[in-house]
Amino acid sequence: MDQADIYILAGMALFAIALHALAARRHLVRKVLAINILGGGCFLVLIAVARRAPGPVADPVPHAMVLTGIVVAVSVTAVALILVRRIRSATGRTDFPEDNRDDRV
Amino acid sequence: MVDTSWAAIAVAVPLLAALASLWPGRWTAVAVMAVAVPGALLATLGVVWTVYEIGVYRHPVGGWGAPLGIDLYVDGLAAAFLALLAVVAGLASLHVLADPDVKAMPRRRQSLFWSLWYWVWGALAAMFVSGDAFNIYVTLELATLAGVILVSFGHGAVALFASLRYLLIGTLGALSYVLGVALLYGATGTLDLVLLGERLVPGPAVVVAAALVTVGLAIKAALVPLHIWLPPAHGSAPAGVSAILSALVVKAGFYLLVRYWLGPFVSLGDGVATALGILGAVGVLWGSLNAIRQERLKLLVAYSTVAQVGYLFLLFPLAAAGGHVMAWSGAHLLVLSHATAKAAAFLAAGNILTSQGTDHLSEIGRASHHHRLSLLAFGLAGATLMGLPPSGGFLAKWLMVTAAVETGQWWWAAVLIIGGKLAAIYVYRVVRLGFVTSPMEPPGAAGPPRPPGLLPVPMLTILAALGLAVVSVGLGFASAPPLRLLQIGMPAAPGIALEPLP
Amino acid sequence: MTALLATGGWLPVSVVLSSFLTGIFIFFLREEDVLMRSLLNLGGAVLKVALGILLLWGVAQGFVYTFVLPLGAGLDLILFADPLALQFVLLSAGLWLVTTVYAIAFLEGSPERSRFFGYFSLCVTASTGIALAGNLLTFVIFYEFLTLATYPLVVHHGTREALKAGRTYLIYTLGGGMLLFIGAVWLQGLIGPVVFGPVPALAETDLPRGVLIAIFWLIAGGLAVKAAMVPVHGWLPTAMVAPAPVSALLHAVAVVKAGAFGLFRLVYDVYGIALAGAPAMGGLLAMLASVTIVYGSLRAIAESDIKKRLAYSTVSQLSYIALGTALGGPLAAVGALAHLVHQGLMKITLFFCAGRLAETYDIHNVHELAGMGRRMPVTMTAFTVAALGMIGLPPVAGFVSKWYLALGGLQTGNDWVLAVLVLSSVLNAAYFLPPLYVAWFTAPPPEARLQRRILPGWVEWGLLVPPVITASLALVAGLLAALPISPLAWAELIVALRYFPVTGDGP
Repeated sequence: MDQADIYILAGMALFAIALHALAARRHLVRKVLAINILGGGCFLVLIAVARRAPGPVADPVPHAMVLTGIVVAVSVTAVALILVRRIRSATGRTDFPEDNRDDRV
Repeated sequence: MVDTSWAAIAVAVPLLAALASLWPGRWTAVAVMAVAVPGALLATLGVVWTVYEIGVYRHPVGGWGAPLGIDLYVDGLAAAFLALLAVVAGLASLHVLADPDVKAMPRRRQSLFWSLWYWVWGALAAMFVSGDAFNIYVTLELATLAGVILVSFGHGAVALFASLRYLLIGTLGALSYVLGVALLYGATGTLDLVLLGERLVPGPAVVVAAALVTVGLAIKAALVPLHIWLPPAHGSAPAGVSAILSALVVKAGFYLLVRYWLGPFVSLGDGVATALGILGAVGVLWGSLNAIRQERLKLLVAYSTVAQVGYLFLLFPLAAAGGHVMAWSGAHLLVLSHATAKAAAFLAAGNILTSQGTDHLSEIGRASHHHRLSLLAFGLAGATLMGLPPSGGFLAKWLMVTAAVETGQWWWAAVLIIGGKLAAIYVYRVVRLGFVTSPMEPPGAAGPPRPPGLLPVPMLTILAALGLAVVSVGLGFASAPPLRLLQIGMPAAPGIALEPLP
Repeated sequence: MTALLATGGWLPVSVVLSSFLTGIFIFFLREEDVLMRSLLNLGGAVLKVALGILLLWGVAQGFVYTFVLPLGAGLDLILFADPLALQFVLLSAGLWLVTTVYAIAFLEGSPERSRFFGYFSLCVTASTGIALAGNLLTFVIFYEFLTLATYPLVVHHGTREALKAGRTYLIYTLGGGMLLFIGAVWLQGLIGPVVFGPVPALAETDLPRGVLIAIFWLIAGGLAVKAAMVPVHGWLPTAMVAPAPVSALLHAVAVVKAGAFGLFRLVYDVYGIALAGAPAMGGLLAMLASVTIVYGSLRAIAESDIKKRLAYSTVSQLSYIALGTALGGPLAAVGALAHLVHQGLMKITLFFCAGRLAETYDIHNVHELAGMGRRMPVTMTAFTVAALGMIGLPPVAGFVSKWYLALGGLQTGNDWVLAVLVLSSVLNAAYFLPPLYVAWFTAPPPEARLQRRILPGWVEWGLLVPPVITASLALVAGLLAALPISPLAWAELIVALRYFPVTGDGP
């Protein structure tokens, strides 16, 4: 097991932890944070994959992917935070209602 | 017409429209639409024509070529989805243009709405012609993000909750997908789907990667049990948005699963195909039973999407067992007819909701004469949902059941047939309302033009719904050209020689 | 003229489209456009009859009409005009024209007429499509289309009762459609496209017998629902809540005949009589038909509501067609096909008269008919002609079909058929003679209790002329059965094509 493999496993562990948080945490901001950590796990795996390329330099393609991914993650976070704020101001809630099935919220 | 750059134009037109729409004003919306919709249709026509003429092709954008530039990959399937996109989004655009709810928004919000609308369109177009695993991620996320914001334009806090839920679960799907892609890249050193298929050596890392990719895409396709985000989001978004989300964005997840599981992943075994089929079957039953229980029209239609998407997943076990050509033709014809029918159903539901202020089934019957054209559109669309003629849905089911019979897998046929009967129940619950003698409209020769308390419905919104419904019915007769298109570049099933169709 | 005849496949297509386009246009008319709607309706109906006759003439001259629309993936939509198809086309087109006249008068002043006539035209389109269907897939498409197009007519009144009847109707017909669909796809999955014609699709089959029987009963079960055979007849009496023209054309002719017509195609064109004559298929079907014949008659006696009694009579009479088809001899087949036309003419007359009685004197019950022979002599004469025909009295057409059915039973060695026919005729007499007696030979109730509704003159005529025409036709079809243009002669031609394909001589 080389260094890159450790990073890959670490990245997947992060992904798993964040997945748990996304499901278990009720506060909406914590869910948004979980999504960010989820992304962090993915990017760690990508960077590690880049390092495993044969030759002296790292593979640039995964790096480009991580850069793109970060831009997407930032946009997602921004939209999510705006929605959380609007939910807070509209309903005073910071979590999902238990019953989301009908329109009585 | 043979020119490989039509594909790039089909992507560029909606993206440019997204930028142009940011200039606020009603006339901007009209002008942009007057250019973008015919433009996208024309470009799509060019793509279809080119595929007919030269078959599967690649187009290097800007002449750069892979791996530095981006290659567009176009086959019959991609062209068919592009055509579906142009027709559904084009007609739904007409609906949005006349939708009183959209018109009532402040000017700046309207222009934002239109910009996001074209973003979804452009992202989907790019996804359909993308042959690169990472580009697919970007387009998937763009479509989701724009879709999420569009959902939040719906009424009340329900829409906000629904859109945040959609965003969180959708992003989880996208990240799961990208993690899988990262592992695939580590294993093969390529992102190109065709090369991926050539270089893929089954192993533990590849299996994990395939699982991550599949779960991610199944979330987008609302495969049971990953569907929970769909009904609230599609049920609370503005009508036009629900239409394109249900008709197109959900289908995009299925489209990509087909790309992977009848592409590079095909060698990973039939077990997954069966599992996808079983989940699809559960989806058919679960979605239909829930649709039957709904009291609100839009939620009924949304649960119907969960059910109808389930049918599509029967493609995987049917194709794996050798019912390849029939299943492929049937499933994709179902995609085309369901997408048009579902868009029509949502637009019709939206018209009723806008006019009456509620879409509770118990209320709609009170103004059945007023809603008759919307209910007619819903009824026509319902034929496809039930799989009854004359409609594309009927022919699609005929083909899929034939595939099940030919491969001796009668249980998939049972799913298709039972699902159709369950659909008949929920469609009936709505259609019967069109014939109720209503207290608001005393049975005179003509009745009042519009019962009190109801808002007028713009003719354009009704025509958009009817137009889509007619397309879905028409696909039952004009099915030969799309089926021929879908054959172009159809992947071969493992170990089975492709028999050309008569 | 020859150019018109040589249009190939477009002639059957235009026969189908003549009512389809009419229907679509009518949907978009405003309620008040009575004149426009009536003109469109009558124009479409006249055009359809004209095109049907043109088609007939062309076929007689030896032209072949086949329209093929490829649907992709090896499936085709085929419309073709063989003698059997033409018989059903001309029957439904001709009766559509008559019923249109009746319906315009009947619905004068009632709401939602554009919707009504729109769907009415679509129903006729569907039954024409069923008639002209050239393969099993096309048949299934139009058969299911007919189900959907008829529903709005059943629930037309929008009352709780109507909606309930509509629901029953859908449960039965969609269930039947499901059986038909399964059987059709299964068969087509095994042997490829099933094309109709004198040579049965399963003529040289090596499929296992069990599979053949299963498919036969799936398809026959689906068809039996529309043909209202016991035990899946329950929808028909309930559907009588629909307006009289619907009961007359659809529930006496178009819809129910679609099932009976389909059974004939199944037995003769798909399986072939050699195969379908087996006890497990045709034999059992004949038994079922006999049970239906007797059961329907018994129920008709028990009903005192006129429309309900007529409905059970339809249940009974339709199974004559199924019986003649299933017996599997040339004479029985001739009887079945002749009855397809004869029963249509007689039953539509009865429903026309029932509708006129209900409209004019608000009469719905058999006991209320007292003295009607004197008050409405023409209507009651037409009613009497048709009723006597139903019983099987010569010279009305009903006698001819019963005669051939009896001969067919003897020819195929099924002597018990004779007993069924005699019993059925006695029962027919038992439910048709009392109303005739009451109408002609009892005194009318005092004037005060019976208010004649004042209808505009043209409405009176519109309600009166159609039953007179159909009753006369039923009489003429019986009197002139020996002429080469009679329904009987045509039925002989159709059957000859199947039993003696090379020479085309009669049996």
